[in-house]
Amino acid sequence: MTKIQLNRIAMARSGDKGEGSNAGIMARSDAAYAFLKAELTEEVVKAHMAAINTGPVTRYAADNMRVLNFILHNSLGGGGSASLKTDAQGKTHGLAVLRMEMDVPQDVIDATPEPA
Amino acid sequence: MGTKEKVLIANGQGFWGDSILGPIRLVNEGPLDYLTLDYLAEVTLSIMQKLRSRDPKMGYATDFVKLIDRVLPQLMEKDIKVIANAGGVNPHACKDALLEVAAKHGIKGLKIAIVEGDDILDDLDNLMAKGEAFANMDTGAPLTDVRDTVSSANIYLGAFPIAEALDAGAQIVLTGRGTDPGLVLGPMIHEFGWKKDDFDLLAAGTIAGHMVECGAQCTGGNYTDWRRIPDMAMIGYPIVEAKPDGSFTITKHENTGGLIDVSTITHQLCYEMGDPENYLGPDCCADFTSVKIEQDGKDRVRVSGAVGSPPPETLKVSISYHEGWKASGQLTICGPDALDKAKLCAQIVWDRLAFDGADYSAEERFEEFVGSGVCHEGIAGGTNYDPVEVVLRMGVRGPDRKKVDRFGPELVPLVTSGPPGVTGFAGGRPKATEVIGFWPALLHHKYVSTNVEVFES
Repeated sequence: MTKIQLNRIAMARSGDKGEGSNAGIMARSDAAYAFLKAELTEEVVKAHMAAINTGPVTRYAADNMRVLNFILHNSLGGGGSASLKTDAQGKTHGLAVLRMEMDVPQDVIDATPEPA
Repeated sequence: MGTKEKVLIANGQGFWGDSILGPIRLVNEGPLDYLTLDYLAEVTLSIMQKLRSRDPKMGYATDFVKLIDRVLPQLMEKDIKVIANAGGVNPHACKDALLEVAAKHGIKGLKIAIVEGDDILDDLDNLMAKGEAFANMDTGAPLTDVRDTVSSANIYLGAFPIAEALDAGAQIVLTGRGTDPGLVLGPMIHEFGWKKDDFDLLAAGTIAGHMVECGAQCTGGNYTDWRRIPDMAMIGYPIVEAKPDGSFTITKHENTGGLIDVSTITHQLCYEMGDPENYLGPDCCADFTSVKIEQDGKDRVRVSGAVGSPPPETLKVSISYHEGWKASGQLTICGPDALDKAKLCAQIVWDRLAFDGADYSAEERFEEFVGSGVCHEGIAGGTNYDPVEVVLRMGVRGPDRKKVDRFGPELVPLVTSGPPGVTGFAGGRPKATEVIGFWPALLHHKYVSTNVEVFES
């Protein structure tokens, strides 16, 4: 196992979704997707984003795109238009997830191209 | 109905406020059949209702008229058709302004179609009397909770009225609220003769529309590995090469900046995504997990195999309402001890306001220290991190406009009556601005009727 930032094996895009946001996490390889599908659970993301998201977290998987889509149900500080936060639309929440540190098997890292 | 084997449909405006250069360059820099443009954010229609109530000639996207003024001769010369939701809540005024532009350019015979039926503000009480609760999709609350303050109500219409307008020979199609993907699906229905129960084909067009609806966000904008993206200044906007069988390729004009590959396209599919197997719309339910996404040459990604199913019996309705007031402002606090001083500044402002009788509850007041990790709170930066400078952002909100307005004048005095290193005050005192709440709801399709009308210059 090697400790890495999630950014090493995944990419992300996020945006607002009602009172919350969604963060689509895209694995950079099939090996990374198999690992993340097992390890990057709703509980793990909820704990990592606890200071940003006070609501539950729902995960959906799209195998064809190697995507795990996380819905953070209450992450905008009171809804898009009423929020006073800088990131009232959750534009940076995907990058926040990518900052997560994870212990990843070396063979998964070796099978995954490095970020540019 | 046309007989083309391939149709080029671009998106040149990803949201209200996107650059005018996107559509201008799409018209000038390569081949194109259709140009689609999205001007409506969730609460834009509420602002437009307000503008129309002050001036009956307003209430639409004036940016669109400016764009057409700049490109109309080229649109006519190249026979590019334009589909835009620029009509807002006053499509006839938008059409009149466009006819003036056509006259100015000496262009006769320009056909402009208006799609109507989305605006149900005047029918709300009638529909509620018939049993439609318009319950908030996020909270479940009935619309009666906020009915008195509702300022706009619009149905997200589908793509078939757009196709009907194109069937009637329109060169410019103006809509109000519709789904964003519908702007792209409409011309496919028109060109290929797709039917209302061709759910796989409608799903394919919906997915294509979703991929390009945010403009440059699928050609390398807002992309994780940003160092890979060449020439972002001249980023190309996306074009769908649509085919009658529902397969399509996303591409951009040659010699434009940006990048299209499987990962830039996948990024955009993730945007605003909920359950990827059930992307609900007025024309179909699209399954994002059904498609095969593959590289098909430089800056070309082919998408095929889309599976769709019938749409729900209800259509989504976008309702906006008055949700109170808010005001916010900022100062820059320079170090040493930037973060500690910024925290003191914030407390000073709250104390002075409280001294004068303006107490704001925790719900009503807000402070953040930009530079110390506000976007990734609890993950990076934080209270042990001392940046060289921080931007103190403070704000208040609530139902009482006067109380919200009391906040602004207490921010700038910190420059002379707070700790040292306070600067960066610009833009005048923060003033109360209206908070327009967004209320997503559903309406049974039996209450939906659309109307298409064509006008000529």
